[in-house]
Amino acid sequence: MPEAIMNQQTYRKSEFANPAGPDSAAFSRPNTIPDELRADVRGLSFWYNDFQALNNINLPIAEKKVTALIGASGCGKSTLLRCFNRMHDLYPGNRYEGEIVLMPENQNIVDKAIDPIRVRLKAGMVFQKPNPFPKSIFENVASGLRVRGIRDKALIANRVEEVLRQAALWDEVKDRLDHSAYALSGGQQQRLCIARTLAPEPELILLDEPTSALDPIATARIEELIESLRDHYAIVIVTHSMQQAARISAYCAFMHLGELVEFGSNETIFTSPKEKRTQDYITGRFG
Amino acid sequence: MGGHIVTSFDQDLDRIEKMIRDMGELGAEMVAGATRALLASDEPLAQRIVSEDAIMDARQREVDDAAITLIAKRQPMAQDLRAVIGALRIAADLERIGDLAKNIAKRVPTAGGSSIPKSLSGSLQTMSDLVLVQIRSVIAPYTAHDAEGLADLRDSDEKIDVLYTTVFRELLTYMMEDPRNISACTHLLFCAKNLERIGDHVTNIAENAYYTLTGQQLPASRPKADETAMAQA
Repeated sequence: MPEAIMNQQTYRKSEFANPAGPDSAAFSRPNTIPDELRADVRGLSFWYNDFQALNNINLPIAEKKVTALIGASGCGKSTLLRCFNRMHDLYPGNRYEGEIVLMPENQNIVDKAIDPIRVRLKAGMVFQKPNPFPKSIFENVASGLRVRGIRDKALIANRVEEVLRQAALWDEVKDRLDHSAYALSGGQQQRLCIARTLAPEPELILLDEPTSALDPIATARIEELIESLRDHYAIVIVTHSMQQAARISAYCAFMHLGELVEFGSNETIFTSPKEKRTQDYITGRFG
Repeated sequence: MGGHIVTSFDQDLDRIEKMIRDMGELGAEMVAGATRALLASDEPLAQRIVSEDAIMDARQREVDDAAITLIAKRQPMAQDLRAVIGALRIAADLERIGDLAKNIAKRVPTAGGSSIPKSLSGSLQTMSDLVLVQIRSVIAPYTAHDAEGLADLRDSDEKIDVLYTTVFRELLTYMMEDPRNISACTHLLFCAKNLERIGDHVTNIAENAYYTLTGQQLPASRPKADETAMAQA
């Protein structure tokens, strides 16, 4: 009966027959790496209401390494980055499927049962445009600690200095910690935002085009900072600059139309990518 | 493979590729001319080959300049990066081929001509023909982006090595027969060695071109049939 066959075929193609749930994804792990994992994205799909922005993403995030997400605008790389700190939860109608498992606690951070605020304490994010709070330099960093419930003034002062040093900003601001953060240059503001992110001791650092609004010198400073931070943190960066991804990342994922097309080591992706779409994108060719 | 969004990038890459093709053609012409000059004792031709080496050197510098400018201007990635680095290395091998051909040509006044025994000149001619076929069959697939054509090319280098070993033994025999042959035979031995070295450079080019086109290295081991290192008189 031809009709019955048609129905079966339609069924096989449909999402009900092959749900991209955590269980089905766990069977086939296409992207594996030899490093220790800080997080593991397993079969992650994401919808903005009816629009599916991510489709069955499998991506390991190595501990103490930089993982770069590259791809043309609208490919879903920022959407993926924002899943790591549940930013999509701020809008109704957004929906996750699959898992982002944070290691070593083995906790699925896109699980509805987990409070997004707690997730955000674990995954600090820095945005394209520096967004310091309209407060003093000191308060910008300290506020990250206060949301953690830390009240001890000496402890806060110590931690502020520590992270400002980590963010390579201390020497430039130590004499004017009470000045407004807006008095800083764009590059300094961005380093302040990174310091603010570091203060609550995040497990993951998420950088969404952190240097696209900065000049080359400020960009170099941020890249230098990323290189020093990667000894302590797992970093995920979204960047439009292929050269930047090539310079700082250990692993790189190329995304296209909500799918992860190719994931590989820096050396593979930037010298001999396997997929034609990756090759076309990174060499600046037509798709 | 589609073109770049920035078309002048394609033009820059094409220009470098064309330079390599020209260098390859010049190299083949120099090897053919040097052998012909040697076997026919044609000194004017030999002089022309010697002067052509300067053109070869100039072309290599042009490739260097173009490649460095392209890297500075475009920051090539993936196959583009491999193409530029590959071109630099291929140009260096072609320049060496030019040097070796020139070296054969420079020996023509002392070693060339009728004094060469028939069987020996036949072997040298065959070596030269094989080398020429190799040069042409590496440059053609490189410019046509045909990696498959390159993979088995280096196997034919084995034949050149076998011939070289034959020529080496033959020259040793002549030198032992009559010490007056030693001067001419030594020059001819260098000529044969030069042809054999040109074969090795062509093999290098094939390996570089294969990597440029595919991103994969050819396996490290390849046939080796030059046994003269072990030969005894």
